[in-house]
Amino acid sequence: MAQGGIGSSVKRKEDARFLTGRGTYVDDIVRPGQTHAVFVRSPHAHAKIKAVKTAEALKAPGVVAVLTGADLAADKVGNLPAGWLIHSKDGTPMVEPGHMALVADKVRHVGDQVAVVVAETKDQAREAAALVEVDYEPLPAMVGLAQAIAPGAALVHDQAKANTCYDWHLGDKAATDAAFAKAHKVVTLDLVNNRLIPNAIEPRAAIGEFDRVTGDLTLYTTSQNPHLIRLLLSAFTMGVPEHKLRVVAPDVGGGFGSKIFHYAEEFVTLWAARRIGRPVKWTATRSEAFMSDAHGRDHVTHCELALDKEGRFLGLRERTLANMGAYLSQFAPSVPTYLHATLLAGCYTTPAIYSEVRAVFTNTVPVDAYRGAGRPEATYLIERLVDVAAREMGMDRVDIRRKNLIPKDKFPYQTPVALQYDSGDYQATLDAALKKADWAGFEKRRAEAKARGKLRGIGISTYVEACGIAPSAVVGALGGRVGLWESAHVRVHPTGSITIFTGAHSHGQSHETTFAQLAAEKLGVSTDQVEVVHGDTAKSAFAMGTYGSRSLAVGGTAIVNAIDKIIAKGKKIAAHLLEASEGDVDFKDGKFTVRGTDRAKAFGEVVLAAYIPHKYPANLEPGLEESAVYDPKNFTFPAGCHICEVEIDPDTGVTQVIAFTAVDDVGTVINPMVVEGQVHGGVAQGIGQALLEGAQYDDQGQLLSGSFLGYTMPRAGDLPSYQVGTEVTACTHNPLGVKGVGEVGAIGSPPAVIGAVCDAIGVRHIEMPATPERVWRAIRDAKKA
Amino acid sequence: MPSISLRVNGKSVRAEVEGRTLLVELLREKLALTGTHVGCDTSQCGACTVHVDGRSVKSCTMLAVEADGREVTTIEGLAGADGKLSPVQAAFAEHHGLQCGFCTPGMVMSATDLVRRNPGATEAQIREWLEGNLCRCTGYHNIVKAVKAAAQAGGK
Ligand code: FES
Ligand code: FES
Repeated sequence: MAQGGIGSSVKRKEDARFLTGRGTYVDDIVRPGQTHAVFVRSPHAHAKIKAVKTAEALKAPGVVAVLTGADLAADKVGNLPAGWLIHSKDGTPMVEPGHMALVADKVRHVGDQVAVVVAETKDQAREAAALVEVDYEPLPAMVGLAQAIAPGAALVHDQAKANTCYDWHLGDKAATDAAFAKAHKVVTLDLVNNRLIPNAIEPRAAIGEFDRVTGDLTLYTTSQNPHLIRLLLSAFTMGVPEHKLRVVAPDVGGGFGSKIFHYAEEFVTLWAARRIGRPVKWTATRSEAFMSDAHGRDHVTHCELALDKEGRFLGLRERTLANMGAYLSQFAPSVPTYLHATLLAGCYTTPAIYSEVRAVFTNTVPVDAYRGAGRPEATYLIERLVDVAAREMGMDRVDIRRKNLIPKDKFPYQTPVALQYDSGDYQATLDAALKKADWAGFEKRRAEAKARGKLRGIGISTYVEACGIAPSAVVGALGGRVGLWESAHVRVHPTGSITIFTGAHSHGQSHETTFAQLAAEKLGVSTDQVEVVHGDTAKSAFAMGTYGSRSLAVGGTAIVNAIDKIIAKGKKIAAHLLEASEGDVDFKDGKFTVRGTDRAKAFGEVVLAAYIPHKYPANLEPGLEESAVYDPKNFTFPAGCHICEVEIDPDTGVTQVIAFTAVDDVGTVINPMVVEGQVHGGVAQGIGQALLEGAQYDDQGQLLSGSFLGYTMPRAGDLPSYQVGTEVTACTHNPLGVKGVGEVGAIGSPPAVIGAVCDAIGVRHIEMPATPERVWRAIRDAKKA
Repeated sequence: MPSISLRVNGKSVRAEVEGRTLLVELLREKLALTGTHVGCDTSQCGACTVHVDGRSVKSCTMLAVEADGREVTTIEGLAGADGKLSPVQAAFAEHHGLQCGFCTPGMVMSATDLVRRNPGATEAQIREWLEGNLCRCTGYHNIVKAVKAAAQAGGK
């Protein structure tokens, strides 16, 4: 193995700057002559805008400009697009209302942007923003899903009848109904995937800049995918060709999905910069982030599982209401459909599945992908049904799972809901997790806890997810409006150091280290010799960025494919230098050798020859750099088993997570330290969803959980240390055999936590977040019953 | 505007500040010490944690004028003059106690205060101490591990 190559826990290259305060996040950047933007946001969930009066604000000290929706309309810019088109059951396209970056007609959620004030200082902009007077005529706020679809409900968008965006389905309804008709037992459950607020610790920020000489526009923004933002700016919001646009996403402080999307504010800073001819900077306050970052989840589901006498799953069906919020954020339509319903087989052999999903507009913040996006919702639904089925069939929760897991000799496995899983060994992750968590010894721990007056419970989830998104042709067939390939460029410099340019973006994922490990492994160089460049459209080639656990499976594959081209060219050069035929040259451990001889050239010698081609093959270009683009052949399918143990204080309902075990199969592991870190973070978000987090609106559409005071983020004291392990089955369709690890923690964990809570207090189901109040009430109700 | 003088990372600094200017604004905007971050507006996240006279303080909760005459250390001032990482910084790197790096300066400053006060801190004490610092990336596991290691190494 090369030093620092695949499989070694190389320490991170990015840490030196982050640990000494030298990271460069957007808000750290100061551009010459920069001004500051503050947005005027709606205090109403739903109201007509009768007038926007800016005269007083314009007179305030330091104010450079006050811009409104009318200015956008005059410039014919600023309509934010949706990136995915879903068709309803009846074949009609989803209702796709426009989303203007500054609204002029009516506001549709608290926090909707009405105007922007640009001033010399942030304080001046803030003070002037308070002087912008907006006359509102309040309308009834449609807050909850049931309320929004009730007859006579006020319409969030006039064109969306019954506030419905689409009414979609997937699967074979007749086959599924038939499976239910012959079932020995049908288990039904109503459940909620609670609305979450992503809360990356770095608030969103943007700086727009306009070069008056060249007409070039530069946007610094907190994005997971600067190229995608440039494309959307070019084709939709700004209408400026790509070659005049540069988007830079420097160090970004976490994303979790919320920094994928093209947001109004980043567009507005760029547009305003062009109008005033000076850089415009905006940084969200946390309060703004709560009401303007896309939220996640928010599904209300009725689901059913049909079983035979032995507990085999015969069919599954569900009806989900999915909250889109007030506007369609870019990926929003795909989350409850193709990222959710296609996963409903889970890791089981359920032969018939039918899913109906109705997407609904409400007067709330738009909802879009958040760590896991659709797969946590699916996993929660399946795993809760399985637990309830075990309870109602009088079966053991492990046995019922074991009985239904897809056996390892059945791969590739075609599910009834479109996906074909390429590889996996679900019994192996289950067995490893049971052992690691000492499942067998649990009852002793329960008894011991009982002696201390605590209710102890254990929960389990076995899951599979689809990531490494995605084959462009498949995505296109499902309504995606983009390709989802990834690009890489690998430049070997004359003295042998290497720069990797990637379209993937690292905002915590450690690409600067793990991608360097790929080069170390393949080329036999040290990771110190490799630099990974990302986050700037002026530097790397067009690509799609980082989300859906795709960076390694798609972006990493592009990198190794480019490296393979380097090696192939190196062989030609080495063959010439060694006077051998190209076919006889091997490359291993940083050395080109002639098979069957001791003749060899080190990688560095061949590199030097490529740049100083004194002795060089005719017909071969000098230099050594290669590009590759990789469009995956399939999704990847990480899977695993999560086990959670909780203790509950019956007097207060407070739940403490005592132990959490995760054994995941994420395919080949490049850096075990990084993989474990990704699982830790994902599990923390999953525990957060299960026990702590939940966006709360009042019936006027005011966000009650609008700050860290009202929204319960997981803190160090709320969480345990985790036990994490991996089992490996290689992905069969990418050269590294990698699957992806970014989201598994958040996908597998919530049902394990809720399963543990239900086990502890002996109830069938409890909604997330299982707050002390809910748990306390559930204990009380169980006693009464 | 009031004029204040203080020491920041061992250097004397004089600055004109408005009465309402927060210490974090002085550091980030006037002194270009952008290692100290702002993650919230309700004093809940701890990303802005610095040391004032050796004690960890959320710099978004303190006015710049209150720092007059005092000794402030930020993340930029923690490593040795030779660039050698402090024991807490080194432990964070060793144990992968950071991912996106945004909470990290505050975490490191807060943890440094803890290990100085309580070098024998247990896991439970570390978790309790870090109550005021949010991290969305790491799930805290490796942060706790790093702080424990630094404490055991007699970190300062
Ligand atoms: S910025 Fe100071 S606590 Fe959040
Ligand atoms: S490392 Fe990203 S918030 Fe802590």
